[in-house]
Amino acid sequence: MIALRQLSKIFRTPTQNITAVDTMDLTIQEGEIFGVIGYSGAGKSTLIRLLNMLEKPTSGQVSVGDKNMSELSGRELRKARQEISMIFQHFNLLWSRTVKQNIAFPLEIAGVPREERNQRVNELIELVGLSGRGEAYPSQLSGGQKQRVGIARALANNPSVLLCDEATSALDPKTTDAILDLLTSINKQLGITIVLITHEMHVIRKICHRVAVMEEGRIVEQGQVLDVFRNPKEEMTKEFVKQITEPEETMEAIEELLKDSKEAPVVKLMFVGEDAEQPVMTELIRTCGVSVNILQGKLSKTQHGSYGTLFVQLQGEPENVEAALRFLEDHRVEAEVLKDDK
Amino acid sequence: MINDVFPNVNWDSMWEASLETVYMSLIAVAMTFVLGLILGLLLYLTDKGNFWANKPVHAVTAAIVNIFRSIPFIILLILLIPFTNLLLGTMLGPSAALPALITGAAPFYARLVEIGLREVDKGVIEAAQSMGAGQGSIIMKVLLPESMPALVSGITVTGITLVSYTAMAGAIGAGGLGDLAYREGFQRTQPDVTFAATVAVLIIVFIFQTIGDWITYKIDKR
Ligand SMILES: Nc1ncnc2c1ncn2[C@@H]1O[C@H](COP(=O)(O)OP(=O)(O)OP(=O)(O)O)[C@@H](O)[C@H]1O
Ligand SMILES: [Mg+2]
Repeated sequence: MIALRQLSKIFRTPTQNITAVDTMDLTIQEGEIFGVIGYSGAGKSTLIRLLNMLEKPTSGQVSVGDKNMSELSGRELRKARQEISMIFQHFNLLWSRTVKQNIAFPLEIAGVPREERNQRVNELIELVGLSGRGEAYPSQLSGGQKQRVGIARALANNPSVLLCDEATSALDPKTTDAILDLLTSINKQLGITIVLITHEMHVIRKICHRVAVMEEGRIVEQGQVLDVFRNPKEEMTKEFVKQITEPEETMEAIEELLKDSKEAPVVKLMFVGEDAEQPVMTELIRTCGVSVNILQGKLSKTQHGSYGTLFVQLQGEPENVEAALRFLEDHRVEAEVLKDDK
Repeated sequence: MINDVFPNVNWDSMWEASLETVYMSLIAVAMTFVLGLILGLLLYLTDKGNFWANKPVHAVTAAIVNIFRSIPFIILLILLIPFTNLLLGTMLGPSAALPALITGAAPFYARLVEIGLREVDKGVIEAAQSMGAGQGSIIMKVLLPESMPALVSGITVTGITLVSYTAMAGAIGAGGLGDLAYREGFQRTQPDVTFAATVAVLIIVFIFQTIGDWITYKIDKR
């Protein structure tokens, strides 16, 4: 669906050249939700803006569907952009227009006749859950509602791709989840390919099928979300995964425990997919004769199955603890005995 | 009673002069609005990073605007006498003041327009581009509507300046309240006429301001 080949974007400023996107190759499949995660300045926004030519590439190619974006003429490009919508962190609604008029805006640009426009606007208002707010102005809406208008507006011309630039970064956690649910259902119902960029692993975990980790204009790691969670290779990826699995305050508490954990090791267990939903721990306690002190546990759902982490302290005779660790290995549970660094 | 306070005022000619002032101001406001909008758009669009970014055109437009904005209006009036003569065949009467009024006010308004347009969120322009909007649609459907409160409050301020300009234009024979105050009030030492003309000007300004503020309030949905 979307293919980048050797794509680069260099910003030339009087003082220096900034390589925001560096000879990138990337393929995004039709119908998938593809996430790009990276810290501020990694080049994520530049990357997503290259997809609809809001930035012109310095070199390399971008193709969306069967179109080579960088070779389109002005008119062809404007036509192609109606197929590739975008939503924004700060919504970018026209404050001088009502909700309905905002949603009608892309239809006006596409030259859709008034009758049809009104009908389509009503459908979209329904779809994004804004019934009854059609005559309100953006200034009268909450952030979540504004983003719903943004989404409705983006869907107006039946695009095949939806680009989301930090679409939930200005929203609170609860509203974020509601918007993410809406995006998931749009992806399922309408089959639209979604490319989203974020700095929050939570967003990736919740809705993405595949993820790419970006650093200094390059993709350092990519793959299915569950695989990346289970087996992050790069340091940067591990940090992002920890955002979900290892809340900072837990780690501090565990570090305290590690100081006197000679006899009773603290173990980090990782469950993936089916295993995450089976009662492994109950069995461990029953068969190995150790007592398990649960320190922290977390089960996260991704689009391809669950992923769990559990921090436990195993207490018992040394040989029983040994047996317990072997038991876990046999049950395809990854176990890592944590050590005191200091 | 009122004739005791204003013994020398001829109310018919006061009314007529008021109408002349209103006429000059309204026509000048309308034409300043159009010309200032065009100049303001040109200033904005040719600026760095915008659609028609073009340094020479921007610099020349900005220079013209700045020069005409800096010429004191009374001097502009005199400078434009030959031009007005050529255009209208006369330099007397309310219409004769129009070229100078517009030349004086349009550059001022153009700057206000430019400032208003700059306030339009770049993100919104980008959103329109991402939907496939061309430059024409963006100007008509984004830039102008989104800056409309600034454009209206700008034309209100300009309109009030124009009322005071018409008074100055009166001094060279354009008619209106300024003319009346000068010829009947000052030259014939009838201070009550000057005073009455001043009150009339103030009332006109007040009405302009109220209407402008009300429209700005109505269209500002931010
Ligand atoms: N128009 C521009 N001119 C010059 N440099 C730019 C421009 N746009 C972006 N950059 C630079 O390119 C790099 C990547 O910026 P980009 O906005 O793509 O990062 P990002 O990953 O989206 O960051 P954030 O999470 O903060 O939005 C940064 O170093 C930035 O300063
Ligand atoms: Mg960004």
